[in-house]
Parts: sequence; C-alpha cells; structure tokens
Amino acid sequence: MIINGTRVPAVFSLLIWAVLWEIVGRLGLTILIPPLSTTIEKLVEIVGTPGFWDALGLTLKTFVIGSVISILAGIPIGILMGRLPVLDRLLLPWVNTFISAPLSALVPVVMALFGFGETTIILTVVLFAIWIIILDARAGAHAISPSLVEMARVYGATNWQAFSKIFVLSAMPEILTGVRLGLLRAVKGVIIGQLLVSVVGFGRLFEIYSSNFLMEHMWALLLVLFALASAIDTAFGLIERRVEHFASSRN
Amino acid sequence: MIGLQAQTAAPPLAADAAPIVEVRGLSKIYPGGVEALNDISLSFPEGELTTLLGPSGCGKTTLLKIIAGLLQPTGGEVRVRGRAVTGPGPERSFVFQDFALMPWATVIRNAAFGLELRGVPRSEREAVAEKYIASVGLKGFETKYPHELSGGMRQRVGLARALAVNADIVMMDEPFSAVDEQTRRQFQEDMLRLVAQERKTFLFVTHSIEEAVYVSNRIVLLSRRPSRVSEIIDVNLPRDSEPDQIRRHPAYLDTVEGIWQTLKRYLD
Ligand SMILES: Nc1ncnc2c1ncn2[C@@H]1O[C@H](COP(=O)(O)OP(=O)(O)OP(=O)(O)O)[C@@H](O)[C@H]1O
Ligand SMILES: [Mg+2]
Repeated sequence: MIINGTRVPAVFSLLIWAVLWEIVGRLGLTILIPPLSTTIEKLVEIVGTPGFWDALGLTLKTFVIGSVISILAGIPIGILMGRLPVLDRLLLPWVNTFISAPLSALVPVVMALFGFGETTIILTVVLFAIWIIILDARAGAHAISPSLVEMARVYGATNWQAFSKIFVLSAMPEILTGVRLGLLRAVKGVIIGQLLVSVVGFGRLFEIYSSNFLMEHMWALLLVLFALASAIDTAFGLIERRVEHFASSRN
Repeated sequence: MIGLQAQTAAPPLAADAAPIVEVRGLSKIYPGGVEALNDISLSFPEGELTTLLGPSGCGKTTLLKIIAGLLQPTGGEVRVRGRAVTGPGPERSFVFQDFALMPWATVIRNAAFGLELRGVPRSEREAVAEKYIASVGLKGFETKYPHELSGGMRQRVGLARALAVNADIVMMDEPFSAVDEQTRRQFQEDMLRLVAQERKTFLFVTHSIEEAVYVSNRIVLLSRRPSRVSEIIDVNLPRDSEPDQIRRHPAYLDTVEGIWQTLKRYLD
C-alpha cells in the first residue's frame, strides 16, 4: 500500500480497520457490532472453554482427513485425466460442473446420506477441495515435457514408475497451486459443513451463540476462523516457496 | 557409392560387420497425412557409428524413434539382432536432442536413472553412473542440478545415462544441436573416444555434414520427405591422426564435398 508516495506496511491497513471497528463498536450504533476490545476479551474467554477445544479438535481432524483424501485422490485422477484423453472426456464435464456449482446446496444431500456426524463434514471438505486439485493436476500433466515421457519409456519405466518418478514431479508446480487453492476451499468446506450440520463443532457453537444473540461470541469465533484460514494459507505459501525451483527449472 | 578408401589407416569395413539393426520396408504416415518415411530398408553394422544425414524435416527423427520403439511404423518392421521391435528395450538407449533430464534430480541421479528404473540397488547404480559421469568429463559435478550446468554439460549427462544402462545400441538425435561450436568439437572428440572404448553400435543423427564425416564410419544420406535412402557412404579416415590433421585430410575434404554435391540436389 502506498500513501503520498511513501510505502505503508500492510499491517497498517489492518490497524486502521481495527481502530474503525473499535470506534463503531463503542458508538453503539448497532447491537450487531460490539467493540473489538470486548470481542477480544470474549475470544480469550471462549478459548478457555472445553467446548471450544472440542470444536477446534473436530475442525482440525475433519479438515486434515478431508484434505488428505482430496489430495491423495485428486492428484492421480487429475494426472490420469491429463494423460488419458478417454478418461478426460468422461470426467472433465463433471469436474467443471462441480468446480463452479453452489456446493453448499449439496451439503444437505450429503447430510441425508451420511447423517449429522464427522463423515458428512469430511465429505463436505472433499466436495469443496478436490475439484480444483484435479483440474490443476490435469493442467500439470499437460505441461509434462514430451521428451521426459519418451525418456521414461526408452529406459523401460513401468506405468507406476512413470507416474511416481516423472509425472507427479513434472506436474509439481501446478499440483502445488491446486493443493493450495484446494486447502483454502477445504477451510470453507469444513466451516460451511459444520454450520449446516450445526450439531457438532463450531457449527454447534455458532448455533448456540446466534440463538442466544451473543454477538461478541460470534465475532470472536469468526476471528478465530479467519486466523485459522490465513494461517493455513501462509503455511502453505512457505512450503510452496521452498519447492519453487521446480517451476523455474522445468525444461 | 562415393568410394573413399582408406589411404593410411585400415579400419574395419562396414561390410565385414554383421548388421545388428535391420530396417525393412519401413513406412510412416503420421495421423493427418504427413508421409515421413516411404519404404526404407537399411541395415546398421554392429560396433560402428552410422550417421543419418538428410535435409531438415526428411524424417530422421521419425526413423530413429521407430528404431527406438517409441513410434509405431505404418508399414514394414525393424529387427534388432533378428528380433522384431515392438517397443523400447534394454538393448537400446537414446540421447535426446533436448537432453530430457529431470530438473529435480542431480546429475548422478539423472545418469543412474535407467538403472534406477531397472531396480538396481542405489550404491551399485551410483557407482556405475559415477564411472560414466567421469568418462564424459563431468567428474565433480555429480551433485549439481541440470539448471546449474551449461547445455553441453547437460548433454553429457544425457550421454552418461545412455551409456550407464550398457545398451548395445546407443541412438542420438542431434545431440549437439543445442550447444556452441567449441563445445561441439570437444564433444566430437569425446564421442570418437567413447565409440572406440565402448564397442557399441551408435546411431547418430545430425544436420552437419562436417560432423557426420568427422565422427562416422558410415553415413546414410536420406532424400527429402517422404524419405528414402539416397546413398550410403563408407567413411575411412586416418583415425589415429591429430584432429586438425584429419580435418585437413583429402579423404575428409572429398567426402564432405561429395555429400554436399548430393544434398544440394534436395535444396529448392
Ligand atoms: N507427430 C507428428 N505428427 C505429424 N507430423 C509429424 C509429426 N512428427 C513429425 N512430423 C512431420 O514428419 C516429417 C519428418 O519429421 P522428423 O522430425 O522425423 O524430421 P527430421 O528429419 O528429424 O527433421 P529435423 O532435421 O528438422 O529434425 C516432418 O515433415 C514433420 O513435420
Ligand atoms: Mg529431427
């Protein structure tokens, strides 16, 4: 951000918004927006309760399981689609449909099939995350140098060896992009899933807070979730930078 | 045939050696209708370096890739030691024009990759790779990555990989086209040394007449697309002379000139 020709650190804009929030809250314009300071007080209070830790535990567990499934299934599916035109024609229309579909509308269907427990939330995470991972792995498979594929064949690679030693690593730049976008969507999935199921995890907490009109609690919880999402993004950004040379040196 | 008999040295005549690769009535029409090869028959004697030379786009790469088993012909067949080729095999290795190195792997892993795919234990395959890395002049670069090397050095890694699998037939598709002239000459010297050392059959593709004459025992001239064999030339140069002497030798100069006269016909 640049104001009057001087560079202002990004944190600064965050600070301005924080101050604004505090002022609006203190003015008491609406009961919907409590001041930031009391929200943070509440946050500290909430973080002390076992209900919060249960919800956090469930969130992390379903997020990790759902993400792992999405990655482990999405990458091979995407690469196979990129390498096999028949499979591509068969699956691509579906992937494209799901990637832009309003997925929240599908959560009730999942709920009807798998109940109101963890399974539904895990599947919601997969439902949100997997499509972009598939699509980017597919793009990565298209970017594999044809001569590397020929090299693998000349030196007698089996299909599995070609996949694990050449294709996955060749497609790594695109795969990493897909995984990062997928994880961001997984964060959405894990939260939306809980909100819709609303009898477990943060969904239950939100349900309790909103039905009791506890605005400070709600905002505090939102802050936690936002922090969680950006922490995941930052962490993944760091990992991605470490393997960036894949992208720059692919021939 | 342009008859160029040896004036000084007496290298083995091509006719003496048994053919290790036989190409019979090979045709290739690409989907879309490009006719790259039309009824080519050729044989490659064992233990020699045979060069495919011809105008750009005449089908040299196509022919080499069919022999490698990477492409299926639309007609005819290739036999290696009498056995029909249906795909790649361990007795054939390939050096790629664009190197085809794995950018995420070190020089030694790239060089050992053929052996890695065959399941050779790590210490064993790295010992073999190390030996060939040294013999292509890359000792000390084992742990470098391809992007840290020059084009010429990368191609040496490609060559080390092709040699490390101990294939009888090493195919090279314009291996030096992406390197500068000085590196190229150095490379040609190294190739001659390796050909003498390794007792393998080399199938070599190049654009350069001088390069073909300098490194080959035998040159196959291909006509314009659809490719046919236009002429086969046995090259007999005094190999034990100094490089610059060879390049000034009448046999060298006459062969280069003769090929140029033939190829000129294919220019528009
Ligand atoms: N996959 C393909 N599909 C269609 N046509 C092709 C394909 N590959 C090559 N060709 C055509 O076949 C002909 C022979 O190609 P090839 O690459 O074998 O020639 P080349 O002698 O190696 O050429 P160069 O000297 O430029 O390397 C060319 O006209 C080329 O355009
Ligand atoms: Mg070519």
